[in-house]
Amino acid sequence: MNGTRTILDPTGERTVAERQRVARPASLDGLTVGLLDISKPRGDVFLNRLEERLVGIGADVRRYRKPTFTKPAPVDLRHRISVECQVVIEALAD
Amino acid sequence: MPTASVRPPLPDGVVVIVKDECATCHAVVPVLEQLAASSALTVFTQDDPSFPETLSPLHDADLSVSWHHDVETVPTVIRVEHGAEVARTIGWHRAEWEHVTGVEGLGPELAPMRPGCGSMSVDPDLATELAVRFGSSVLASRRIDVADAEDDIEMMFTRGWTDGLPVVPPTETRVMQMLTGTSRAPSDVVATVPPDLVDVTVEKVAIAAVMAGCRPEYLPWVLTAVEAACTDEFNIHGLLATTMPVGPVIVCSGPGTRAIGMNSGGNALGQGNRANSTIGRALQLVIRNVGGGRPGEVDRSTHGSPGKIGFCFAENDAESPYGTLATEHGVEPGVDALTLFAGEGTRCVVDQLSREPESLARSVAAALQSMHHPKLIMVFDAILVMGPEHARVFADAGWGREEIIAGISAHLNRPGSELVRGADGMAEGVPEAFADAPSLPKFRPGGLMLTFAGNGTGLFSEMIGGWANGDVGSTPVTRAVSY
Repeated sequence: MNGTRTILDPTGERTVAERQRVARPASLDGLTVGLLDISKPRGDVFLNRLEERLVGIGADVRRYRKPTFTKPAPVDLRHRISVECQVVIEALAD
Repeated sequence: MPTASVRPPLPDGVVVIVKDECATCHAVVPVLEQLAASSALTVFTQDDPSFPETLSPLHDADLSVSWHHDVETVPTVIRVEHGAEVARTIGWHRAEWEHVTGVEGLGPELAPMRPGCGSMSVDPDLATELAVRFGSSVLASRRIDVADAEDDIEMMFTRGWTDGLPVVPPTETRVMQMLTGTSRAPSDVVATVPPDLVDVTVEKVAIAAVMAGCRPEYLPWVLTAVEAACTDEFNIHGLLATTMPVGPVIVCSGPGTRAIGMNSGGNALGQGNRANSTIGRALQLVIRNVGGGRPGEVDRSTHGSPGKIGFCFAENDAESPYGTLATEHGVEPGVDALTLFAGEGTRCVVDQLSREPESLARSVAAALQSMHHPKLIMVFDAILVMGPEHARVFADAGWGREEIIAGISAHLNRPGSELVRGADGMAEGVPEAFADAPSLPKFRPGGLMLTFAGNGTGLFSEMIGGWANGDVGSTPVTRAVSY
């Protein structure tokens, strides 16, 4: 049968955009740090402690929360964090 | 993308296309000999290169002449002048032949007319392959040449395109055949597939369906399943990423399930039926290969489950005493439909002694209470696949769908004091805030869903536990199948 040696690509054939990581800040002093709670149980325990430590070293902390841990953060939330913070920490699991 | 091959020109004069297998072609051989004596005649033969022996035929071995010149019947007679077709007739019809050839008194010994036979170029077993070979492709996917020394199956394992089982190589011919199962254009976008959020076309779904082992008539079910999976309500992204052992469970119903040979009877949830085994697998291959969802990457399941290869079955709606899950979700009876449910594997509910509905409802409730954890409530849905012998106990007592669910649910309420964290010596349970609640149900309203499948021997039902439900996780999605 003709064509058995040529097959069609089953993948999405997407072109991946490569982005460089932002350089790590030398100090958090004066920076705004976003703490993103993904709504997993006890994620707030971890983030509350982090907030205490971060405020203690002079960072400005803002808290955010995803509606549910099972879905990606809504676009609007991601945008807000990106314009309001220089650094973000995400609490991933319980 | 391959372009159409060049159409071979026909020589001037009379051109006749025949095949040895056709009795009418044999009958007209004396007529062809008559024509050869009086005009420029070229005979193309499709099968036996020596037929007809007396006329020095040209062999249309690859059917290129027949395909390019739209020959559907043999014999076909074409008059060509200055390289262009000016007249054509098919079969044997004396007056038509005389008109096309310009020769009078043809085949005096033959009856005035006799129908021809099908051209090999329109043989259903060859038509798609010829269209791929000679036509301009309508498919956009990248072509991948398999090296001579490579094995097709092994090559697809190596590239990470399989679920651990071999897949059928998606050649263009196979994908074109698969696409005959739908009226939708190959370029139509079906959905945006997580986790990579890639727009998937009908063509890419057809490729996955070929790989999974589907027949073309299954394709509308696969397309509908992909659409349903990639909705915000169903949340296939979360289902893929979760540590729980869950995947999309596809419950099909409607006359179309019988038309494509799905199994709703014995072993409906098991192996042995091609449609049941491949429709769910095709959906999962779309998630894997188009969406990029693979175990160990975005798929973080702690244990997984066999159903993550594919989990699809049909309801026996023709014999169900209480309709179908799709009708429960608002689809008209008799409409082909499927419901996607975020579910784990199956667990058997055994009760071989209950002959009264109240007793059986208590048994089923006791089993359901243990789902995921006896002290966890409301956050997981479940599907109950009731077998005919259990269903009969309820049907004989006049219980319909609502009565059965209400009857089972009546035994699924427990006080908060028994469910609260720490109760019964178990740390797991509901938060302290519910400790004083007098009665808490196992399932949220609509969270216990009833289906009907299995054969007539065995006082069993199967329960399929769900995943985080509602806005937090996944809502079952029911869709009519779009052809």
